[in-house]
Amino acid sequence: MPGIPRPRPHPAGCPQAWKAAVNTVEDTLKIIVLVKHVPDAQFDRHLNGEGYTTDRDESILSELDEYALEAALQLAEARGGSKAGNQVIALSMGPAGAVNAIKKALQIGATEGVHLTDDALAGSDAAATSLALAATVRYLGQSAPVDLVITGMASTDGETSLVPAQLAERLGLPQVTFASSLEVSGGRLTARRDADTFSETVEASLPAVVSVTDQINEPRYPNFKGIIAAKRKSITTLSLADIGVDQAQVGFAGSWTSIINAEERPPRTAGTIITDEGDAGIKLVDFLAAQKLL
Amino acid sequence: MAKVLVFIDNPGAAVKKSYLELLTLARSLGESAVALNGELSDGVAAAFAEYGVSTVVRPSAQDLDDFLVAPKAAYVAAAAETTGAGIVLLDNSPEGKEIAARVAIRLNAGVITDAIAVDADGTAHKSVLAGSYNTSCKATTSVSVVTVKANNITAEPATAPSTPETVTVEVPAAAAAARITAREQKVASGRPDLTDARIVVAGGRGLDGDFGPVEELADALGAAVGASRAATDAGWISHDAQVGQTGKTVSPQLYISAGISGAIQQKAGMQTSKVIVAVNKDAESPVFEIADFGIIGDVFDVLPQATEEIKKRKG
Repeated sequence: MPGIPRPRPHPAGCPQAWKAAVNTVEDTLKIIVLVKHVPDAQFDRHLNGEGYTTDRDESILSELDEYALEAALQLAEARGGSKAGNQVIALSMGPAGAVNAIKKALQIGATEGVHLTDDALAGSDAAATSLALAATVRYLGQSAPVDLVITGMASTDGETSLVPAQLAERLGLPQVTFASSLEVSGGRLTARRDADTFSETVEASLPAVVSVTDQINEPRYPNFKGIIAAKRKSITTLSLADIGVDQAQVGFAGSWTSIINAEERPPRTAGTIITDEGDAGIKLVDFLAAQKLL
Repeated sequence: MAKVLVFIDNPGAAVKKSYLELLTLARSLGESAVALNGELSDGVAAAFAEYGVSTVVRPSAQDLDDFLVAPKAAYVAAAAETTGAGIVLLDNSPEGKEIAARVAIRLNAGVITDAIAVDADGTAHKSVLAGSYNTSCKATTSVSVVTVKANNITAEPATAPSTPETVTVEVPAAAAAARITAREQKVASGRPDLTDARIVVAGGRGLDGDFGPVEELADALGAAVGASRAATDAGWISHDAQVGQTGKTVSPQLYISAGISGAIQQKAGMQTSKVIVAVNKDAESPVFEIADFGIIGDVFDVLPQATEEIKKRKG
């Protein structure tokens, strides 16, 4: 393709990828990464309409999903990448705009995209979402078995962290959530989890559902080569009929929770602001004492 | 009367405050039962009686701690069926939420996380979108599963103690689960848990690598230490301390923000704090827009002076 500059080698990923390209010991992996198109938290976010759904006009790929995608790409690259037959499938469920999250994931390096979209999905809670995603994972496993489903530690809009656990329960797979490291070898995975009071190592057989924290890696940015390559990657659109899910099982109808009421919290207002003139520490303590906080 | 089941995981020698809050809430909603995992020590048994628990359920299996989440979820779901619970309450820790998630699938029940209050009809109240909305939500199913944030309910013993009966339930064979193969305890700081603390003192970029002043002020106040993402990413303090959208969400009585600009990522984790105090050199810092008391000044002057003054007043 004349006129397109030769892409620079990727500074971090390249040496590993080359080394791994000759590695024929490891089996190839088929990984599904869940990516969510969420309202950009840099702007004010709003709940709209009778069902109090989020307004998705200013939406982006959920930042926490980039860590999941990076984890998947590293596992694939260590096994020779897509050339060796590894698959990293970016799966998103959502309205038309959600395809933008998939496109971003393809630019970053996912090998293909799957967009589950259906008007009946609107208003799905975690239970309905996990039902639809479980059916999609089963559907995608028909051609060849799925080894791993990797997700972020939470979505940056709903923030409940429920879906990975519910997906694991519905699929009957081991769940390894909040992984801060992840290794796969011989059909098993080993992960490290860091809680406040302890760290632990866990092992599970594949297939498994894994969620990863923002400590696991440094997600890469899409580069020029990736952006060009993404244009040639396929995005499969699936409807509920394709995955064999009834409309009544999802959306507002199929959800097991409903929002009765939502009120925008009045914004906090600024209180007293002083400039330190040598005694601000004392004034701070006076303030705490007045508030009965000492 | 509604039956309410509370999951209590490995309480050790005494039941911690957040669980006592759950027991208090459960009693206000109906007849309370506990699904216990781990030892039933004398102290724990006494607390259950004091808090009016009618039934203590224990698992037939002893190895629930060897696996991640799945068998505990299977146990809690079985306990809910045995006790006929209409509401299942769990703590709001990451594991509490995940057990809730899986219990909900097993019981065909709606699940609500991050609740700050639950009404008698099961309606839960929570804030969403980083504290920008207050919502009421309800499970539309016959059973509801709710995880409740700490520090929103005052723990109170029952007017008359109960004599709980003990029931053992068979834990169904678990689905495939990840096995925990090693665990190391981290060195305890002696400070309160960040998510449960009444007071949090948090530091950011303005600390320039030295958390000393923040820690000393925290200790004078009996507070937990928090940090902005900038500070944890720089490695000045453990990632566990991060408050914000990708870290912990806290809503203490008092949040003291030191050398943190208060960009949206940080604000998301602390803006529901009752009182916010901010110290920052930069008068333009967004944190001053939400602070009840703001000091434009150097954290290395203001914090040590405040620490000394607190020590003096506390004698």
